[in-house]
Amino acid sequence: MQKILFAVLGLLMLAHTSMARAALSIEIIGAGEHQIPVSIVPFGGDEKLGLAINEVVTGDLLRSGLFRLVDPAGKSPHEAAEVHYPDWQVRGTEALAIGTASAQADGRIVARFRLLDVVKQVELIGQAVSAGDGQIRAVGHRIADLIYEKLTGNRGVFSTRIAYVNRQGKMFSLIVADSDGHNEQIVLKQNEPIMSPSWSPDGSHLAYVSFETGHAAVFVQSLYTHQRKAVANFRGSNSAPAWSPDGKQLAVVLTRDGSSQIYLMRPDGGEIRRISFSGAIDTEPNFSPDGLSLLFTSDRGGSAQVYRMPVAGGAAQRLTFAAGSSYSPRHSPDGKSFVFAHLSGGRFYISVQDFQTGQMEALTEGGWEKKPSFAPNGRLILFASEARGRGILATVSSDGRVKQHMFTQSGDAREPVWGPFL
Amino acid sequence: MKKIVISIVLVNLLAACASQKPQETTSAPAAPATSVAATAPATATAVAAKTAVDPLNDPTSILAGRSVYYPFDVAAVQDADKPLVQAHAGYLSKNPARSVRLEGNCDERGSNEYNLALGQRRADGVMKMLELGGAKASQLDSVSYGEEKPKATGHEESSWSQNRRTDLNYAK
Repeated sequence: MQKILFAVLGLLMLAHTSMARAALSIEIIGAGEHQIPVSIVPFGGDEKLGLAINEVVTGDLLRSGLFRLVDPAGKSPHEAAEVHYPDWQVRGTEALAIGTASAQADGRIVARFRLLDVVKQVELIGQAVSAGDGQIRAVGHRIADLIYEKLTGNRGVFSTRIAYVNRQGKMFSLIVADSDGHNEQIVLKQNEPIMSPSWSPDGSHLAYVSFETGHAAVFVQSLYTHQRKAVANFRGSNSAPAWSPDGKQLAVVLTRDGSSQIYLMRPDGGEIRRISFSGAIDTEPNFSPDGLSLLFTSDRGGSAQVYRMPVAGGAAQRLTFAAGSSYSPRHSPDGKSFVFAHLSGGRFYISVQDFQTGQMEALTEGGWEKKPSFAPNGRLILFASEARGRGILATVSSDGRVKQHMFTQSGDAREPVWGPFL
Repeated sequence: MKKIVISIVLVNLLAACASQKPQETTSAPAAPATSVAATAPATATAVAAKTAVDPLNDPTSILAGRSVYYPFDVAAVQDADKPLVQAHAGYLSKNPARSVRLEGNCDERGSNEYNLALGQRRADGVMKMLELGGAKASQLDSVSYGEEKPKATGHEESSWSQNRRTDLNYAK
């Protein structure tokens, strides 16, 4: 049995295929309060490559809600010497990105780009970005990250990845994709449910729940070797895996001793010990960034609410008190707030609450919205939503101003989770 | 023991006759025996021994009911369903070779993980009641599907009410 569980799922794995080309359409709703006007000139050199990279860079910057794209209107400088700053100042643009792109003989893509401050007439970035094996999108995301970081002062998340489950009829697929939903890779595909993917802090492994053994069991799988192992497969349900920030522990929820309770164990399944003792439902643990406390969902007070407890053990404290029920809490990367799904009046809202003030704010208008998670820079929140009768992925900026919907080609997207910085 | 089984079979046969319409799933020979039950005890027993020993397969028995339903976010077996669960407990205690799997399900309100926990609590609640009613722990197993395997997929109460359910799934 163990052997089978260890077996490499070669057949289930699909490498970088073209399956996801144009698999997504994206709608952006709302805009940031202050948008930085920028112009991105399609790169010279290999013009076709330049246009493809440009599409990725402009798409990323637009989706962030923090930028307004100013049309180059026929001007196409590729080198700093070709830039005539007054041309750009009259257009009202504040920053200008130019460059060249080329494909090497071995398939490697190299883009040399510059970001210029149009107002001060100085170069902000001059850098070469490259990626192997025709990974045009990776180059575009990296350039967008560099522009985003330089102009906003925050680290960009365009190069990070997300994981989610796609359900199509009775088929379930665990998918890893770029932060914009493109470049989908199937990690696992089966006709039994898959739930609750969770990224290891270094992005190398996913823990998740699979029903392939007939009931909910927790698996850990390497995204590099694709080897997988059932790390919690006790009688009843085994679920809700969450990694500690140092990657050395998994919090899981087991029913082997009665009701759903939280346990800690090593990611290989060893050294299991129970840390919650409520007799109620305790589930959806999430470590604080300092690794010292856990947020979780419990119905110990009669309805599902968010609680916090020390990882070392001790009394839990209730944090949510609004009418209705609250689920799926996750810490912000700075540890100052948490996001959760709030069910009230038959609608789910994605809400955030500040630890210090206890103040809660709904970021969405409500609907079928579940399972929120922060981008690693804390600026965006990814969640499962529904539109036109289908489960979709959606993001909202952490100030609630900019929303976007990502439609996958088919099926219902659910259980999304944003991965770490790589 | 044998006597009890036979008498149960007879009662069931009489019940089947009383309903006066051919049951699709009832053993075929039972239907012609409509005239007078008392005149054919021997044949009835013979037939029963072959095909209808197990009241679990009698569609008119309370044991034909294999699902327990719940209000939203509730895991306790409701009064209306207690006779059903108790009847299954009685059956299991009289048939120690049979085993049943309790499969808990939820509607889609709540998080997937919370619903997995709630479905487990529903299934375990039925399991406990079966045990109290005389079933052995070794005959019972429980599993939760949470909201992952909905019977009805709509976003309204008519679908949700079907999905808040524990199924009693007997091993063949």
